[in-house]
Amino acid sequence: MNFGFTEEQEMLRDQVRKFLDKQCPIPEVRKLSNTKPGYSAELWAEMASLGWLGLTIPEEFGGSGLGWVDMVVLLEETGRTLYPSPFISNALAASIIAEQGSSEQKQRWLPKLADGSLIGTVAILEAEDHLDPSGIQLQASNEGDDVILSGEKHFVSDAAQASLFVVACRTGSGAEDISLVVIESDTEGLKLADCVNMDQTKREGMLTLSDVYVKADSIVGERNKAWPAITRLTDCGAVAVTAEMIGAAEAALAITTQYAKDRTQFGSPIGRYQGVKHPLADMYVDIESFKSLLYYASWTVDESPDELPRSVSLAKAYASESFPRIGVDCIQLHGAIGYTAEYDIQLFLKRSKWARPKFGDADFHYDRVATLGGV
Amino acid sequence: MDFDLSSEEEAFRDEVRTFLDENLKVKADNEFGVSFDSEWNVKVREKRWVGFGWPKEVGGGGGTIMEQVILKEEMANRKAPSLGTCFMGLAWVGPGIIQYGTEEQKQRFIPDILDGKYQWCTGYSEPNVGSDLASIQCKAENKGDHYLVNGQKIWTSLAPFAEWMLLLTRTDFNAKEKHDGITSLLVHMKTPGLEVRPIQNMAGGSFFAEVFFNDVKVPMENRLGAEGQGWQVTVSALANERSSIAEVTAMQRRLEALKILVNKTVKNGKPVKEDASVRRQVARFEAKIEAMRMNGMRYLTKQIKGLPLSSETSVNKLHRADLEVAMGEFAVDLIGSSGAHLRGSADAIDGGRWSFSSLNWPDVVIGGGTPNIQKNIIGERILGLAKD
Repeated sequence: MNFGFTEEQEMLRDQVRKFLDKQCPIPEVRKLSNTKPGYSAELWAEMASLGWLGLTIPEEFGGSGLGWVDMVVLLEETGRTLYPSPFISNALAASIIAEQGSSEQKQRWLPKLADGSLIGTVAILEAEDHLDPSGIQLQASNEGDDVILSGEKHFVSDAAQASLFVVACRTGSGAEDISLVVIESDTEGLKLADCVNMDQTKREGMLTLSDVYVKADSIVGERNKAWPAITRLTDCGAVAVTAEMIGAAEAALAITTQYAKDRTQFGSPIGRYQGVKHPLADMYVDIESFKSLLYYASWTVDESPDELPRSVSLAKAYASESFPRIGVDCIQLHGAIGYTAEYDIQLFLKRSKWARPKFGDADFHYDRVATLGGV
Repeated sequence: MDFDLSSEEEAFRDEVRTFLDENLKVKADNEFGVSFDSEWNVKVREKRWVGFGWPKEVGGGGGTIMEQVILKEEMANRKAPSLGTCFMGLAWVGPGIIQYGTEEQKQRFIPDILDGKYQWCTGYSEPNVGSDLASIQCKAENKGDHYLVNGQKIWTSLAPFAEWMLLLTRTDFNAKEKHDGITSLLVHMKTPGLEVRPIQNMAGGSFFAEVFFNDVKVPMENRLGAEGQGWQVTVSALANERSSIAEVTAMQRRLEALKILVNKTVKNGKPVKEDASVRRQVARFEAKIEAMRMNGMRYLTKQIKGLPLSSETSVNKLHRADLEVAMGEFAVDLIGSSGAHLRGSADAIDGGRWSFSSLNWPDVVIGGGTPNIQKNIIGERILGLAKD
């Protein structure tokens, strides 16, 4: 039994940490998040050459052939520095194609997602913001084996950056007649509206599809039977987002702990007072706990898929509830300085607000835990 | 990560399962998970599963850390009673004697602890000394062939039932550091001059007591460890606490019972299981309990790698404390007017267990370090904040 990381995984962590500390420290993060693309194409290319963009893509399709535990190691580090890039979106698009695609489809897209020549994302949610078959209303009309799509997709991560969309749509009249299709960004009928997110290190957009023609060979997985794959995809998304929440929450705690050691009031560092010490201890308890839950969930993705829904819901629910509270408490413990745009701690509060609902909020995941647990 | 068992570990698990298939005919008699059924206790004792992690030469089982976990989990899965009945002896006193005791002390006390022949208690807190334990004042004078003890202990769990006490005394009032000058003594509870006055708790039980020492003579051979070494003896006994996996199973059982309650309860004409806030709260408990289990697995991995556990175990102690209070409160709130009814009431639900548990949580929450102390430990030893 070993609930820890391998030497190779620790090396990967070290490598990612050094890369980010050197190439994209927080001042650089701030700069990038004020640009239109919101990420650095040069660093993206470097990440491709380091094998990170294709981390979980099989080697035969140009990837590194690693698993989701390795992915979590990398994401804890990108979360720690709030590294802005379409990394998670790309990884999710790649993993659904790798798991559901035909060998022709894998050959067509995976090498490009691994080498950075395509950037992928997934478009599941719509205006109702409901992770459920009934939340997918984007209608496809059948044209022989091909389909024509008209409707909207909302809350699409990295929509403006992506060149490939994996889109969930309704292909039949049954409640769960849902399919996944791949649409490249230059397809006719695809329109994009940018969204303004308070966390500028994370980008989102809204897609409008007007008679978008999708050939049958771009339908990924079995037609009308995609819901289980979508559930697994959004569960993997929740694993990814929660992994970044660990790194970000730990960084916020580290910044605030340092402040509590440095700031002196009433003749003593404020961290000596229990009114400051205990909230920091509470943060530590919560981070350790959703970290343990998430580590296990990441292991189930590849090794015990039946356990994934419950284990990721436990982790994401816990994290979605506690990280936003940590964000608020960190600001408050700083006092007025924490409220300034210039000081970094506010960036972590904003991250928590982006991460809280992504791939299901605490309400969604706790309710699922209750159902799975027989309530 | 790898959650597979080795072939030896699998063989051991099968051995435990087979044993349970053949021998598990009893259930725990009480909420402590203990059965005083002698047939069961003799059988698990013969298997050396009582004190399973203790060295073989003192009568323990010599089980590896992983085997200890397997044994506990298999027992818990089958709702088997605890292994052994000498609560304090198995948890704190025995490990202290094994580490610091003389050969004679080991032979005299360890077999009785394993056999559950009688109970032990630990005399730590005093009227003016609680969380700041190193400030104890109970006085022991070295008189050559014995120590003369004068002073008082309080909140001494199981004192009304115990035959022996591990007593923390001060032998040096001039020591530079308060942690020095403390000495551990093993004291028979029937020694002249020793008086136990049970204290009734708010739940109606009398499991703890005040203990008075008036010229109590403790023979020199009953000192545990060297004079002035008592603090180390205490700290190492407390550190003997493992990765808290056993506590998780207790909480899992309570959660199961809570879910049954939720599924059957109708409040204001509506099934509470359909209430979003009820569902969320039950799931929140489940997440905390599962987090304890996963934290425990990470600590266990550290132990297997031979790394010492330190203050991180305070994380699970805080969760446990929080769950003890919150689950009881949640349940009594859920059952409405019956929430204040005790066992024996015509309107009590589940024999009044929820109402009772909403009153008896301080055993766990306060005993062994209050939540505020645990938060100080995390803040100071892990986060490196200045000491209070």
